[in-house]
Amino acid sequence: MLNPTQKLNPKMFNADVEQLPTRNGFGEGLLQAGIDDERIVALCADLVESTKMNLFADKFPKRYIEIGVAEQNLATVASGMAAMGKIPFISSYAMFSPGRNWEQIRTTIAYNDRKVVIVGSHAGVSVGPDGGTHQAIEDIALMRVIPNMVVVSPCDSIEAKKATIALAVSKEPAYLRLAREKTPIITTPETPFELGKGNLVFIPEQGLAEVGIIATGPLVHKAIVVAREMEKVGRKVKVLNISTIKPLDAEAVTALAKEARCIITVEEHQVIGGLGSAVAECLAQSYPVPIEFIGVQNKFGQSGTPEELIEHYGMGVSHIKEAVEKVLKRKIK
Amino acid sequence: MQNLSDQKIQDLAIHANDIRVSIVEMLLAAKSGHTAGPLGMADIFTLLYFHTMKHDPKRPDWADRDRLVLSNGHICPVLYATMAHRGYMPVKELLTLRQFGSRLQGHPHREFMPWVENSSGPLGSGLSQAVGMALADRIDNGVNSDKTIYALLSDGEHDEGNTWEAVLLAGKEKLRNLIAIVDRNNIQIDGYTESVMPLGDLALKYENFGWHTQEIDGHNFEEINNAINQAKAVFDKPSVIIARTIPGRGVAMFERDYRWHGYDPNGKSAVADYNEALKELRTLGGKIKSEHE
Repeated sequence: MLNPTQKLNPKMFNADVEQLPTRNGFGEGLLQAGIDDERIVALCADLVESTKMNLFADKFPKRYIEIGVAEQNLATVASGMAAMGKIPFISSYAMFSPGRNWEQIRTTIAYNDRKVVIVGSHAGVSVGPDGGTHQAIEDIALMRVIPNMVVVSPCDSIEAKKATIALAVSKEPAYLRLAREKTPIITTPETPFELGKGNLVFIPEQGLAEVGIIATGPLVHKAIVVAREMEKVGRKVKVLNISTIKPLDAEAVTALAKEARCIITVEEHQVIGGLGSAVAECLAQSYPVPIEFIGVQNKFGQSGTPEELIEHYGMGVSHIKEAVEKVLKRKIK
Repeated sequence: MQNLSDQKIQDLAIHANDIRVSIVEMLLAAKSGHTAGPLGMADIFTLLYFHTMKHDPKRPDWADRDRLVLSNGHICPVLYATMAHRGYMPVKELLTLRQFGSRLQGHPHREFMPWVENSSGPLGSGLSQAVGMALADRIDNGVNSDKTIYALLSDGEHDEGNTWEAVLLAGKEKLRNLIAIVDRNNIQIDGYTESVMPLGDLALKYENFGWHTQEIDGHNFEEINNAINQAKAVFDKPSVIIARTIPGRGVAMFERDYRWHGYDPNGKSAVADYNEALKELRTLGGKIKSEHE
């Protein structure tokens, strides 16, 4: 059942569930953060509407800098503004920022310890028709490996808004991963959110979980759908929403592994270096259990509808169900 | 900023020479690092830290200070040496350059030395950080801000696209509080700039991007000072000063030879070469007696 303490959207299983892209929540969150703190500035590389930074830019034109198509400059100019006490948010497509400007982010933001929030929109294969050049599926790995960098991947638009507001007041440089496509609203404004904390969104009605699913981003919805179907046939599943991939909520991940003794990770990202890797690194040290990894299996994306691509690359509901059966066979007795 | 008196110029020359001695001593102690660039930029750093900039070694975090962004971090021996001689750290600490635990990292790192304005090393990113500082200053203090952001760049790093992204943006934003000083010493690691990647008429290029431009002798204190004064008087544009410098300036055998970009083009003879360099610097090229004679 949906975890009642999480106050999740009861309509999330309806066919007509409200759907919004996570980038919308970011746009609203940034506007709110900008109202709350005049040190917030925004910089964009020629994608101001697409990344929803336009809400802020329209309200605060003097605190908005149009950088042009120049992602290296985007990161480094932001570093300079942070050096003068500003709190910059920079936005582009994830493929270009942090995809193209990785070294500038490493040196002038993370190594330089300048608090900048890097907002990568259009992450994942669900970008769709634009094809593989525009589908960032390596960005979590790229950002997670940098010391002093927080990595956040919200599950829906409402969580994206909360994450944006939280990142505006946190200390470290951060990467906020967003999606282009509309996805189901899972949470509500009342759902708890804290940077660095995982949330159990689906739990058995009673007893211990047989399988633990750890998911991030909009695919959390598919993980919950699977858990609910399993519940109907008597399987007890817990779903942990990890919106902060770094620092990982090791306590929640380890507790779930100890209870379920087998784990499935779900992410719209390469299985190399993303959430699955973070969970495996954690559990290898705390409580090793068998893990199945749902994600892109060492391939590039291509054109198609979001749903076609999610299916093609093995991240659909049926794939998660198969992973459940598979991991149950490997489960530690 | 006032004109320089003869006495002031003489004082600056002595500071610059002391800084050059420290640079050579540091590199000799560290046994690695860059030679030509730091020596070539000693006069400009001296003028900035001993005359031009609004700063206070006793309050390195003073909010209203001017900012100096060193983009080509590999010439940091000149930054460290100038800051030490200006009172930011003990001069003897310079000898810890590049050693484990030293605040003087091989390339500047704010975590170790919090009063450098930026960590640097990878080329091409300094000008855009300075642009960001100038933008932030304008948001806070308007177009009449009396703060100046200095960006110190090498000519070689104009091979980097990131540099030109910053040149474009500064021109668009008409950042009058930004002064870039380009060390036009014509060398980079693989050879002379005009053979590695011809930069041609850098001033003309900047002009086409909307900058006020000047070309000067980077070893003449009066010319450097006048150029900075003129740059500050420009109201509607960022300013670039292309400073022609002699790499390795002050040590005859280092001068103009691109192989001295790094520490040691001659292998084992380097220690002797550096000792010879120190002797030359300490005697101001034979003009004074060495203190060790």
